[in-house]
Amino acid sequence: MLRLVKRENIDKGTNIRIRLLFLFFSFIAISIFLLILNYNPIEVFRGMLSGAFNTSYRIKQTIITAIPLIITSIGISIAFKMKYWNIGGEGQILIGAFGAALIALNFPDMYKPLLLTVMFITAVILGGFWAVISGILKVYFNTNETIITLMLNYIALKFITYLQYGPWKDKKAMGFPKIPNFSDNAILPSIGGIHIGLIIALIIVVIGYLFMKHSKMGYEITVLGESKNTARYAGIRINKTILTAVFLSGALCGLTGFIQSSAVSQTLSIEVAGGVGYTAIIIAWLSNLSEPLMLLVSILFAALLQGSSYIQTAAGIPKSVALILQAFILFFILGSELFVKYKIAANERRAA
Amino acid sequence: MKERVPLISVKNICKSFGTVKACNNINLEIYEGEIHTLLGENGAGKSTLINILSGVYMADRGSITLMGEEIKLSSPKDSIKYGIGTIYQHFKLVDAMTARENIILGQKISFRKMRDVDLKIAELCSKYGIELELDKHVEDMSVGEKQNLEILKVLFRGAKVLILDEPTTVFTPQETEKLFNIMRKMKKAGCAVIFISHKMDEVMKISDRITVLRKGETVKTLIKNETNPKELTELMVGAAIDLSIKKVDAKIGRQILKISNLKVNDDDGTNVIKDISFSVREGEILGIAGIAGSGQRELCEAIAGVRGVKHGEIVFDGEHLEGKNPREFIKRGISLGFIPEDRLGMGLIGTMDMVDNLLLKSYQTEDGILINRKPLAKKALELVKKLDIKTPGINYPIKNLSGGNIQKILLGRELGLKPRLLIMAYPVRGLDITRVILFTI
Repeated sequence: MLRLVKRENIDKGTNIRIRLLFLFFSFIAISIFLLILNYNPIEVFRGMLSGAFNTSYRIKQTIITAIPLIITSIGISIAFKMKYWNIGGEGQILIGAFGAALIALNFPDMYKPLLLTVMFITAVILGGFWAVISGILKVYFNTNETIITLMLNYIALKFITYLQYGPWKDKKAMGFPKIPNFSDNAILPSIGGIHIGLIIALIIVVIGYLFMKHSKMGYEITVLGESKNTARYAGIRINKTILTAVFLSGALCGLTGFIQSSAVSQTLSIEVAGGVGYTAIIIAWLSNLSEPLMLLVSILFAALLQGSSYIQTAAGIPKSVALILQAFILFFILGSELFVKYKIAANERRAA
Repeated sequence: MKERVPLISVKNICKSFGTVKACNNINLEIYEGEIHTLLGENGAGKSTLINILSGVYMADRGSITLMGEEIKLSSPKDSIKYGIGTIYQHFKLVDAMTARENIILGQKISFRKMRDVDLKIAELCSKYGIELELDKHVEDMSVGEKQNLEILKVLFRGAKVLILDEPTTVFTPQETEKLFNIMRKMKKAGCAVIFISHKMDEVMKISDRITVLRKGETVKTLIKNETNPKELTELMVGAAIDLSIKKVDAKIGRQILKISNLKVNDDDGTNVIKDISFSVREGEILGIAGIAGSGQRELCEAIAGVRGVKHGEIVFDGEHLEGKNPREFIKRGISLGFIPEDRLGMGLIGTMDMVDNLLLKSYQTEDGILINRKPLAKKALELVKKLDIKTPGINYPIKNLSGGNIQKILLGRELGLKPRLLIMAYPVRGLDITRVILFTI
């Protein structure tokens, strides 16, 4: 008889070996799936790789896809470290983008560095504010933050939809429901084909790491996440810490909204977030809330997204199949978590 | 008595959780018509053994035999099938249902047979002297009634062996007496009762035989009439308790803590500390005694500033503490140490290493927004050496250490801050003789 036994302490080598093994299993499962659909699995994998990394243009696209993932997953991980389940990254990104658009559309001719700075600040504050709504409800009314942040996503989404189809609709777009493009002054500059969001993301990784591992506030957030009673015992101001951490978490998502709207879509639209808020949750978990790992996993994830969109056009694989491939990989990698924490043991029966 | 085949017998049962051996070669024989008490400190393996018998856990090794035949218990269903009924400390009843509905819950009984059910219940009630209104909802019941219902439920399912896990903790003496009457009747009817309790007087009153467990092992099975509480306590603790701890003579100084008319609520908002007043002087040890849940925890937490004070005053060295939190204590240099009873629930963080745990009480006094861990790493190494803490390293998560070593870290941290008043709740955790000590240096 087989059963699961909790592992005491897992060394890094075994940890990585298990995860690679499961990645390999996922490829086997995908291969079987593709063979059933009459595709050549080897070609599909090669296509995914070359779609993500083959030319310098594709590498740049992969990096551009990774930027929002990096910033958002670091933002979300601040709340997660406190065991505060902020799954509202999506909405916070949208509201951040709304903040950026509010400034960009009203002051299109402002001096560029000033305009970008004001857009940045507005996006960050609004993103943080959107998250802090759930924090205030949690602290003062003991509501469940998971549900509140999730519902706020829909409110944000519908609010942007309203703007897009209503008051902010571009009158020059001949009835097409879109918000006017930002002026040139409101668009983040690029260096070598990649917008400077990359630099911002790298700075966020470093600051995020220092903040969580070496600052008093980061320490307080960690203690609070582990035990509220111990936090009280150590004299941590619980409500203040919760609200600050949640604000920072949302603020980083808002920053993503600013970068995406300014540098990528160059306007506000309901597609600005594009699922980044949800993907970032998976990235934060897979990286075990460690900032350097989040950087790495975000890039791998971006490669997965780019690669699967490439095979859609190159190999004529339907979008849904590409999505199933992504799901397979995720399923196996997340499933490997169980085997990292537990090992299978045979039941010793009556040795006595 | 020994020639009879035991109703249930447990041989060499082992069960580990990770590296912790909760049960290590436990042997137990229960005969028909006896009340058998399991005695042991917290963590002696009583609950694990019960969970194995009721099919919740599976033993790693060992065998269980029923009437001489070996049985395998891999789920609670199996246990019920073999006639082992467990009544847990926390009742497993559905509040919104009536007594009758709770009894038949999970059993396939057609509506036509409901009359038979009522008859059977009535028969059981009169046989064992249980009083119960079948149409009463559980939410309207007192603890005693709920307990009766639990007993009836397992009897209805044909239990021959009844396990009662600390049934009397929340009982008044009258309710306890009623329960004992039921237990005696069950004994007469040829059932076996496994009884778990910490209350020595109850154990001496009701048991036929007593098995003492310590650190997951069976120490000894004794016949009640041939033993006494002192012997039992010694077996439980593992050594003759030397109560003559050397008392250090200290000069009694001035008054350092004065508590007057203190009122404190517990987590549910119930007033548990009702108008307490006392004072402690320098060089004095003040012991606080009482059965668990008498408000010791709330009192300690209130003095340590962790819990709010409803009414009254706490004066420490001329300074009012009520309404202040530990943060202000640290900032103002109020030197007060606190060893809470649940060290991993309050006081330490299991997933963090020693350095980060030492940091808990000192990071606030550091300058700037960043933390410097170097001095604390040095202090951690000193503590490991001084207190002989067994750990693979100071950067090792402390939850994997043994309880004693964890306690040393906590004591080391609190004593290292040289407090003028130290509050300790169960500092030698595991002893069932409740004591809370306050002392000053």
